[in-house]
Amino acid sequence: MCAEPLALLTGVHFMDGNSAVCEGAIAAGCRFAAGYPITPSTEIMERFASRVPRLGGICIQMEDECASIMACIGAVWGGAKAFTATSGPGFSLMMESIGYAAMTETPLVVVNVQRAGPSTGLPTMPAQADMLQARWGSHGDYRVIALCPNSPQECFDLAIKAFNLAETWRVPVLIMMDEVVAHMSERVVIPTLSEIAVVQRRYTQVRPGEYQPYRPAARGVPEMAPVGKGFFMHVTGLTHDAKGYPAMDPETQDALVRRFTAKIDSNADDIIVYEEEEIADAEVVVVAYGITSRAAAAAVEEARALGIPAGLLRLVTAWPFPEKKVRELSGRVKALIMVELNLGQMFLEMDRCAKGGAQSIFLGHAGGSIHRPEAILMAIQKAAQL
Amino acid sequence: MIPPHTLPARIIISGLGGQGVILAGCILGRAAALYERTAATLTRSFGPAARGSACSAQLILDDTLVHYPYVDKPQVLLALSQQAFEQYAPLLVPGGVLIIDEHLVKPPAALSGISLYAVPATRYAEVLGNRQVANSIVVGFFVAVTGLFARASVERALRESVPPGTMGLNLKAFSCGYSHAIKMYGEHHTFSGRFEGKARAVQGNKQFKNA
Amino acid sequence: MNSHPSDSYLRTDRLPHLWCPGCGIGATMNSFVEAVKLSGISRKSLAVVSGIGCSGRVAGYLKADSFHTTHGRAIPFATGLALANPGLRVAVYSGEGDLVAIGGNHLLHAARRNVNIMVVCINNFTYGMTGGQLAPTTPIGSITATTPYGSTEMPCNLVNLAASAGAVFVARWTVFHVRQLACTMAEALVRRGFSFIEVLSPCPTLHLQRNNLGHGETEMRYFKEYSRVANNTSPVEAGLDRRDRKIIVGTFVKRERAVFFDSPDSVTLVRKKKVKA
Repeated sequence: MCAEPLALLTGVHFMDGNSAVCEGAIAAGCRFAAGYPITPSTEIMERFASRVPRLGGICIQMEDECASIMACIGAVWGGAKAFTATSGPGFSLMMESIGYAAMTETPLVVVNVQRAGPSTGLPTMPAQADMLQARWGSHGDYRVIALCPNSPQECFDLAIKAFNLAETWRVPVLIMMDEVVAHMSERVVIPTLSEIAVVQRRYTQVRPGEYQPYRPAARGVPEMAPVGKGFFMHVTGLTHDAKGYPAMDPETQDALVRRFTAKIDSNADDIIVYEEEEIADAEVVVVAYGITSRAAAAAVEEARALGIPAGLLRLVTAWPFPEKKVRELSGRVKALIMVELNLGQMFLEMDRCAKGGAQSIFLGHAGGSIHRPEAILMAIQKAAQL
Repeated sequence: MIPPHTLPARIIISGLGGQGVILAGCILGRAAALYERTAATLTRSFGPAARGSACSAQLILDDTLVHYPYVDKPQVLLALSQQAFEQYAPLLVPGGVLIIDEHLVKPPAALSGISLYAVPATRYAEVLGNRQVANSIVVGFFVAVTGLFARASVERALRESVPPGTMGLNLKAFSCGYSHAIKMYGEHHTFSGRFEGKARAVQGNKQFKNA
Repeated sequence: MNSHPSDSYLRTDRLPHLWCPGCGIGATMNSFVEAVKLSGISRKSLAVVSGIGCSGRVAGYLKADSFHTTHGRAIPFATGLALANPGLRVAVYSGEGDLVAIGGNHLLHAARRNVNIMVVCINNFTYGMTGGQLAPTTPIGSITATTPYGSTEMPCNLVNLAASAGAVFVARWTVFHVRQLACTMAEALVRRGFSFIEVLSPCPTLHLQRNNLGHGETEMRYFKEYSRVANNTSPVEAGLDRRDRKIIVGTFVKRERAVFFDSPDSVTLVRKKKVKA
């Protein structure tokens, strides 16, 4: 399926990440957003509010972030593709409903433009310190998919991908941006209609009466049914059986939650995207994501110019984490350096996967600015001498 | 096309919120990325308030992808407030170009190794009837003194970036800044690549007669 | 087993329900089924959204597209559902703790926007599901699990809250008034805009027992004896105070106002912009 023609601003633009992620959502067929103003994500909703009424869509400002995300979940069940955008404090408020979306297997996209925290922190400055919250923030066991664009172009591309992943796997997909990428303007190419692959909502072929909303179908993902067509589906945040009915027993709970995790874990290879630079003969590999990966790329280039065999593993998908890749690298390189704008979040995951192999090194700070390439270069130089 | 020998070019535009600093950056970035076929990365920093607080736009032009998006050592600084000047002028590379609004920025007596270009942008904007077009005057002035961009590219980007109702006035402002540069510093001024502009070395806190 | 006339509107495979003997929620559900029949709206187009709590379980027993959401968020969910799918008739069915305490802000703003949803708020003066804690409508002096020495808080007048926030249809009945309730629900189902129906219902297990108010039946007698039907009463005057021995019931507000996203003004706004684009 293709994107809608009217909605697509095919051409070359000079645009910031917030605008680009909004255009990506529109290109993916999203026509519903509900949000609450919060720096530094506000421009996403502002742009959507100006764009979609002309495309027959709806953008509403709700009374808070709890309402925003829930209105989006309601809209998804109403048949729309929907998303919301927020930043730290709002992301915290949305956590309960991210769990609800996971439990009800709602295809939902949430953009979090990360700013320095905790609490109000530095509202206009970048951080990457919501990465574990993205993974573990709501209570209970569940899985999400989290993507980390490092340029406005990628904000556009990954927004489309996020909606496609959400429809495919029926999980909340989180676009984990940061303040720099959000407010950084660069050339953004919006392709033509036929060049954009959009996964549309697929509804069941099973007839009402026979349909069971939570019967696992292909790859562990149940099929959705359209609302208002006589399927009389029941959707609940309680532990439920295949019929969608509450089932208060440990066996149903275990089977349900294991399916949530298995549908992502056992298909991780199809979901995970990463980029490698100069990895083949590298002895020191920098692992980075989002804006930090650009400072890291500059440092790796410098290191190569100095003759140090350095490489870069850039995480496009932070969750699920590219465990296999890190294990493989860990078995053959001297050191892995995680560079991130927090005090060691994705580092924990990298360190876990690297165990027994390469030395894992952490280079991070609490946010507010981004790493200078020289600082990363120094870490590379030090690691190369190990 | 931006002369390859001048790349990467690192530019800081700085002033106060409300002066159109970010928009000026967007216009130049757009001109570079869309019409000069150069990689351009524009970042911005701003305080919590949009109006009146310090703000800056940082633009990097390069022939390949820009990795690190911030400017540590600008080759060109456009300073539209004294605070902006004081904060960023010390970062200019030797031989760097400093463009100021001469009524808003008073450089100290000793400012060696850089080329100073001054334009009474806000005064001109007031004469044109709207203070808000001072940024377009500065952009026109910048285009003329640096020669980095083709005039047509920037004019096109400007047309696409300003509110439609103000396009005529903004283009007029652009021309005004451009002409002022030609008048003061001569025609066919181009970036040498080592940023040795034709501006006179700064001899203290000078005033311009035509201001 | 014999069938019941409402069976085709219920998920009979989920019965018996979990409500206590003497609880009034089941009776309101029956009124709601009657209302759906009376209203003539297609059952396919009906969607029921609930929050958390005893009343929140209604969604699970009705044979409609039904959504049991999180605590307090039924109204925002319903807002998204109704806006994304204007062909649906969306009813929110929940309790006073869910809709007014944790979800109070959403109630205010949905009423203010005049979102096209119908809200049924079961008011049983306590938190039933969690064990009888203080609710926003708990009468002053009442013993609850979290006010063991008696509540000192002024209870909220729900109909006044909804009316002052902008609801276009506001009514109150008790579970004694099952027929009136059904008619009022039917009227709300066919109206457009934000409607709010409060239904007083006994919680015999927790609220009544703890406060020596008898059983479900005692409370029904109380509702019967002290209710005064007074349509068009100003909601300000319709506060509930057990010491008054008076429960004002009826339809208090009926008015027309632009419905959220139905407004010709907003359409014009977009059209005007379109010309420029």
